[in-house]
Amino acid sequence: MKRIITATVQNRSGVLNRITGMLTKRQFNIESISVGTSETEGISKMTFVVEIGDNQKLEQLTKQLNKQIDVLKVSDITDKAIVARELALIKVGSTGQNRTEIQGVITPFRANVIDVSKDSLIIQVTGKPDKVDALINLLKPYGIKELTRTGVTAFQRGRQPEPVQEVNTLLI
Amino acid sequence: MKVEAKPKEQVAESTMTTGADVFIRSLVDADVDTVFGYPGGAVLPIYDALYRADTPFEHILCRHEQGLIHAAEGYARVTGKPGVVIATSGPGATNLITGITDAMMDSLPVVIFTGQVATGVIGTDAFQEADIIGITTPITKYNYQVTDLTELPRVVKEAFHIASTGRPGPVVVDIPKNIAQEITAKEFKTDFHLPGYQPTIKPNPLQIRKLADALSRAKRPLLLAGAGVLFAKASEELKTFVEKHQIPVATTLLGLGSFPGTNKLSLGMAGMHGTYAANMGIYEADLLVNIGARFDDRLTGALQHFAPNAKVAHIDIDPAEIGKNVSTKIPVVGDAKEALQLLLNIDIEMNHHQEWLEALENKKQDYPLWYERSNDLISPQWLIEQVYETSNGKAIVTTDVGQHQMWAAQFYKFDQPDKWVTSGGLGTMGFGFPAAIGAQLGAPNELVVSVVGDGGFQMTLQELAVIKQRNLPVKVIIVNNEALGMVRQWQEKFYEERYSESLLSENPDFIKLAESYGIRGMRIEKEEEVPAMLEDIFSYDGPVVVDCRVVKQECVYPMVAPGKGNHEMIGVTK
Repeated sequence: MKRIITATVQNRSGVLNRITGMLTKRQFNIESISVGTSETEGISKMTFVVEIGDNQKLEQLTKQLNKQIDVLKVSDITDKAIVARELALIKVGSTGQNRTEIQGVITPFRANVIDVSKDSLIIQVTGKPDKVDALINLLKPYGIKELTRTGVTAFQRGRQPEPVQEVNTLLI
Repeated sequence: MKVEAKPKEQVAESTMTTGADVFIRSLVDADVDTVFGYPGGAVLPIYDALYRADTPFEHILCRHEQGLIHAAEGYARVTGKPGVVIATSGPGATNLITGITDAMMDSLPVVIFTGQVATGVIGTDAFQEADIIGITTPITKYNYQVTDLTELPRVVKEAFHIASTGRPGPVVVDIPKNIAQEITAKEFKTDFHLPGYQPTIKPNPLQIRKLADALSRAKRPLLLAGAGVLFAKASEELKTFVEKHQIPVATTLLGLGSFPGTNKLSLGMAGMHGTYAANMGIYEADLLVNIGARFDDRLTGALQHFAPNAKVAHIDIDPAEIGKNVSTKIPVVGDAKEALQLLLNIDIEMNHHQEWLEALENKKQDYPLWYERSNDLISPQWLIEQVYETSNGKAIVTTDVGQHQMWAAQFYKFDQPDKWVTSGGLGTMGFGFPAAIGAQLGAPNELVVSVVGDGGFQMTLQELAVIKQRNLPVKVIIVNNEALGMVRQWQEKFYEERYSESLLSENPDFIKLAESYGIRGMRIEKEEEVPAMLEDIFSYDGPVVVDCRVVKQECVYPMVAPGKGNHEMIGVTK
């Protein structure tokens, strides 16, 4: 199962290395990881998408993250009401003839063309990972020359519907 | 020309304070009394400050950095205080890796200071540069590289705090040479705040209540005591609690001594070479209460057969250990001593298990640990029993890993806490002898016996120079079977006696070796020589190395074969 885990961490040197090293050592399969600063200075927010076998492994993951000295808070937000977004940049082969056609494909995705050259376009899309997947699939026939995705970053929504299913760490 | 150190009184009082002086003062502030160190290029400023300072701590120069770290581990295990290590950058630091990993696996508080090349050349593959932060990240509880001198005293304080609180562990502090050389007149702040590191000490009373309820309902309760009991100094509470409620106790390898081995309620050690009573007790128990053990695979055997009938309760200061290997019904996060005190304050009605105690007592009587006396060379198990008898069970015993370790664990009945220093999780050859140096320095008035194999001893025997130099009365007993005994045993049992590279036929003459270091060396080959030899060395006020020739083909029994359940022990009886 795929889980979205967020961690609030102290922005000390080596913290990303320590965390990804731990995940590798303990054989957790990270699908994506995104890191950036938060609203508080010196505090960063990490969002992991992990593929996890069962609840016992999931519990281990959150506990091992929590155990890290630089980690302040870990949340498994998969089952919460969340907004999750990622950004992708896609360079597609395009000559003058099919530009309009590609524009037609990307418009429903609210994606933008952010660079045009003689034989390629760079498209920027943001959204949930499945939306990004869908656009990538539609663009494949045009020839994808380069692709990069930021990985998911996520937030809990301001209001959580009741009841919220908790799959967090074992109650201590 | 003879090189001699300048007498300290001739060293001009330095008016300048360097980063290295600040560092030395931080160690003094941390109440350090012993430092295990080895100089080198990147730590020259630190060693110069050490030379100039009137330090209240001893500096012990081991002869290899692996010796430093194992000595610091032995010191930490016996005293409960953090062991302190100083090594230089690059090779000095990388030579520590085995010991740092060992300390991590066995939760030993050790603070390691490594030199580093100057900040300006870090990352340029400078002479004796190694990325020690990168290298030690997975094997430390935490690590630091000091890049600003003003932070050094705070970092040192934090390092000692992190190493010795919660679940103890090793912390590395990497100090670039220019930081140690920097001249400063600053005042330093040492206050720290670690919001992400707040170990839970006091258990949740609700969970304790649940555990008490489970105990009152249990028909076949069993308690498993691990090293967490020792770190929490909770042996007294454990004894009071289990005697009050008549709960039988098995211990892990590292938990030996947390509960008296000769107590009527003791089932002995559980696991791969554990006793029949301990392993079958766990197999049959309906409630297993783990205090401060981490359900290591050498303890559990095949997980699907581990405690199959038991509801599992687990008290641990590290929440990540709970449910890691064995699914746990009653998790209790907290310090073992606090948990036991809470349990002692609750009325628990436990009167249902007299039959269970009798059944376990029968197992103890019917299937005790056994061995056959030899009429040729010395029986290693008997040798250990004699060490136990002659030392009145009061010695601190250190070992490496392997057959001699298992025999020491089985036949030295550890009745007191903090007398057992062994490499459990990592299983490090070469651990026992340097660990004995640290143990002896930490407990100068106690008898320290280092039981080592002929293989492991040869990995760190250069530290003989230290026990000579410091006249440390460590008694080294080499259980010499001219083999890597446990490897040989596995080759005998599981590889059809193909003894691939496990026979050590070209061992040195250990007497001459000891004598070359100026240490008394002895060799014994017959059982009748054992009692007199032990009387002799235990009353001898100095270090001694005894080469004990033991039966070569002896195997450690009982044994749970790899992949088997603990109820499938082989070699339970003759």
